[in-house]
Amino acid sequence: MNAALRPDLALICDWIAPGARILDLGCGDGALLAHLAHTRGVRGYGLEIDAEEVAAAVARGVNVIQADIDEGLADFADASFDYVVMTQALQALARPDRALAEMLRVGREAIVTFPNFGHWRARLALARGRMPVTPALPAAWYETRNIHLCTVADFEALCRERGWPVLERALLDRAHRRGPAIALFPGLFCEIALYKLGRPRAAPQGGSAASATDSLART
Amino acid sequence: MDVHHAGSVGIVAPRKLVIERPLTLDCGRCLPRHELMVETYGELNRARSNAVLVCHALSGDHHAAGVHAATDRKPGWWDSAIGPGKPIDTRRFHVVCLNNLGGCRGSTGPNTINPDTGRYWGPDFPIVTVRDWVKSQALLADALGIERWAAVIGGSLGGMQALQWAIDFPERVAHALAIAAAPRISAQNIAFNEIARQAILSDPDFHAGRYYEHGVVPSRGLKLARMLGHITYLSDSAMRNRFGRLLRESDGRFNFNYEVEFEVESYLRHQGQSFVERFDANTYLLMTKALDYFDPARDYGDDLVAAFRRARAKFLVLAFSSDWRFSPARSREIVKALVAAEREVSYACIASQLGHDDFLMPLPEYHRVLGAYLARVAQEAGA
Repeated sequence: MNAALRPDLALICDWIAPGARILDLGCGDGALLAHLAHTRGVRGYGLEIDAEEVAAAVARGVNVIQADIDEGLADFADASFDYVVMTQALQALARPDRALAEMLRVGREAIVTFPNFGHWRARLALARGRMPVTPALPAAWYETRNIHLCTVADFEALCRERGWPVLERALLDRAHRRGPAIALFPGLFCEIALYKLGRPRAAPQGGSAASATDSLART
Repeated sequence: MDVHHAGSVGIVAPRKLVIERPLTLDCGRCLPRHELMVETYGELNRARSNAVLVCHALSGDHHAAGVHAATDRKPGWWDSAIGPGKPIDTRRFHVVCLNNLGGCRGSTGPNTINPDTGRYWGPDFPIVTVRDWVKSQALLADALGIERWAAVIGGSLGGMQALQWAIDFPERVAHALAIAAAPRISAQNIAFNEIARQAILSDPDFHAGRYYEHGVVPSRGLKLARMLGHITYLSDSAMRNRFGRLLRESDGRFNFNYEVEFEVESYLRHQGQSFVERFDANTYLLMTKALDYFDPARDYGDDLVAAFRRARAKFLVLAFSSDWRFSPARSREIVKALVAAEREVSYACIASQLGHDDFLMPLPEYHRVLGAYLARVAQEAGA
């Protein structure tokens, strides 16, 4: 099972303490939860909207709750999880900002991954006057589920504005590697961004979240 | 009915078990002994680890699968889900289904003889609760030599029994499956039940519940009760699709009288009539009351989370999108409390058309998730 886990999910696993209680939003077939339960004794639930994925997660023996993340996490109490995880779903939500706020209400920390719309391929396509169709974003504009795409810089600006501290960050290419180009120009070469956020600090606004500011400066 | 078709448990025979141990009921009364009608499907393994209890709903009984004779027109009430290769796979599980205490299909109930008086129990039969049923089922499990159920499964009122099992006998249930259920029923639901009861109680043939001795049955009241219930088990769109405003007579003219005119009227009358032929009015009263009283949180300071903290079972909760009698929102209440109690739970809301009765239908999406869950249960049970 370990070998089959997507590299971005493997990286997320490193960010999760053993024995933690987690909520995985858009858990798909439950691969991450099953892996975490197996390797780290993590307990938790997955939320998934798609019936086939729900059945697949049930078949794996993962706790899965069929739900629409856009309807919120009202069924979950404040700080009832150590981590709330959402991989590659943020950009498909009606209100990503509200979803993130909900994640940080329900969890002590939030782990989120999304495709970076600031990747050079996307910028190049836009410079030519067309919406990008790239290996990381293969669907055309009229049929894509990704209705709220953002760049790494946009995401960090939102975190700064809401006072969400960036506790960890990993910017990867399509093969989920951290190449030298990403280290030099992360905003241009990152295709998949992974963030671990903390609960909001007292004073939002004004860029006081030092780690986020640092990371932006290198873009 | 082809009993040899793949997926059927074939010809089955019920048997009567006598529970010789006393059962103290929630109402305070005690039954020194009682009898339960039981059917089983599939073999109990040597470790006795593969037993599954299937609990019936309001109008169900012990005959859940297969047929009693090759000439039977219809199989048991949950034949769609129980059998070889079906979600409740009888090649892996030993399935136990009983007619609950107070039922009218052979178990001790209002239409059986009270040994103390030599008369029919009738209205003297104690009103039983879901907790009482679970206690009675636990005595049955003892009698069958089943220490722990691999799963307790039920739909509607049956799902409530599964929940109660997990709370009252945490060590005896590995998995609880509550399908189209609710943590307790709403005022609207109690209201429907009350109308059903009033229909029966006000029938002149009811004779204060002693109609057996008068050689009649309160058929008008029971029929009305079932007609009302039936409407609530179907969705608006299901009735629209099936009957619309179709008239029985094809000339399309109104008759300007109160005879059966619309197809839906004919259907309801037929449903009501066939129910009267197979069900007992006193049992119907008693079953609706058990539904009204069901509220496991009550024993824990009205805190459902506290109730579920006792449970050791893993849970599967299923709801149907078109069910308005026990809506998905009610199942979500169960799930929410289980999550807050840090219990293991999975939940799916099945896209459906028919309404509450969909829990009896072989919908592919439904059977896929039910089957996937029970395959895990079987694996865990070494079945």
